[in-house]
Amino acid sequence: MTQNQDRAYLAEVCLARAGLHVDPDKTYLIDSRLAPLARRECFSSIEALIDALRHGADDRLVWAAVEAMALPEGEFFRDHRVFAELVEDVVPALARARDGQPVRIWSAACGTGQEIYSLAMLLADAKGVGQVELFASDLSERSLEKAQSGRYSQFEVQRGLPARMLVRHFEKDGEWFALSPRVRQMVRWRRVNLIDDLSRMGQFDLILCRNLLNQLAPEASAKVLEQMEAALAPGGALLLGQNESASRAFMRVAPDMALYASTNTARSAA
Amino acid sequence: MKTCLVVDDSRVIRKVSRRILEELGFEVAEAADGVEAMAWCNAVMPDAILLDWRMPAMDGLEFVKKLREQPGGDKPKVVFCSVENDLEAIREALDAGADEYIMKPFDGAIIAGKLDYLGLAA
Repeated sequence: MTQNQDRAYLAEVCLARAGLHVDPDKTYLIDSRLAPLARRECFSSIEALIDALRHGADDRLVWAAVEAMALPEGEFFRDHRVFAELVEDVVPALARARDGQPVRIWSAACGTGQEIYSLAMLLADAKGVGQVELFASDLSERSLEKAQSGRYSQFEVQRGLPARMLVRHFEKDGEWFALSPRVRQMVRWRRVNLIDDLSRMGQFDLILCRNLLNQLAPEASAKVLEQMEAALAPGGALLLGQNESASRAFMRVAPDMALYASTNTARSAA
Repeated sequence: MKTCLVVDDSRVIRKVSRRILEELGFEVAEAADGVEAMAWCNAVMPDAILLDWRMPAMDGLEFVKKLREQPGGDKPKVVFCSVENDLEAIREALDAGADEYIMKPFDGAIIAGKLDYLGLAA
């Protein structure tokens, strides 16, 4: 079991590198997240791994530890009613406002890709939503690699993915389920740390940033929201997790989902 | 209270499923094959049916086809629950009238997710 000072050190590193709030008292969480990394990197224990981090481990290992602590839950169609609203109402409204220009959508903490692929599958089947450009980013290269591969285990494809979507969009590849190239190719991927300067990311009509802010330290969360606001195109909207809310720079524009418009650019987004 | 009929020839699977479903707030009945399950449904249609594929007497596929021809047989949400994990087999089950499909092994979160998706949060 890890010692208090080890966990406190890890929490400091996560905060400094990614603005991630890690509670040093959550021994079980920390141990269960770091154990696979310690094994993969051939450390004899989690203590040995943290000891290496403390004594000048290379940057790659430090990031691997931060990424392991930042791992999101990989679930398709999380809060599935939200996806129906996005595809039936929000995206078509944005498309009309764009008047023929593609609607740009960004999944800002995409993990292993389930969120953006859920949306991509619906958009691939939807009629008349117009042109969309899908972007997805994550802190973790490892997650991004998996996301890009579009290969999921039997366990993973049963997390939130309706059976009809499974048979429509996936092929079996040995023990794996592989998403069709048609859907995979709809998404462009990039490693992004959301607390770095995002001013060169461009602007987006819809940003999905669900269930991330709650994991961040307050200053980091405020910074991410500020950058999201700057990255929203005029009339654009930011979608947060069901139990999250935005700062005063935003106003909520949908009754039953956490969809926000910037108060600076608030025009009819949804 | 919503009702769920668990149809599986394995007593162990029925027991595991029952525990998960009761925790989700369902009233649970059990049947060991399609014939027994059909007798239940002819008496009273459940809200949901968790249905194994390979069973003696009447298998899951035959059961769901027959069920859908019964008066009121379109009402229960049928979720297949089988070790079959070929997409062709899953397609066949859906085409025969199943609403959802779970590949074994499963856990409570998978069952809860599928039932919620079908609008059956108890």
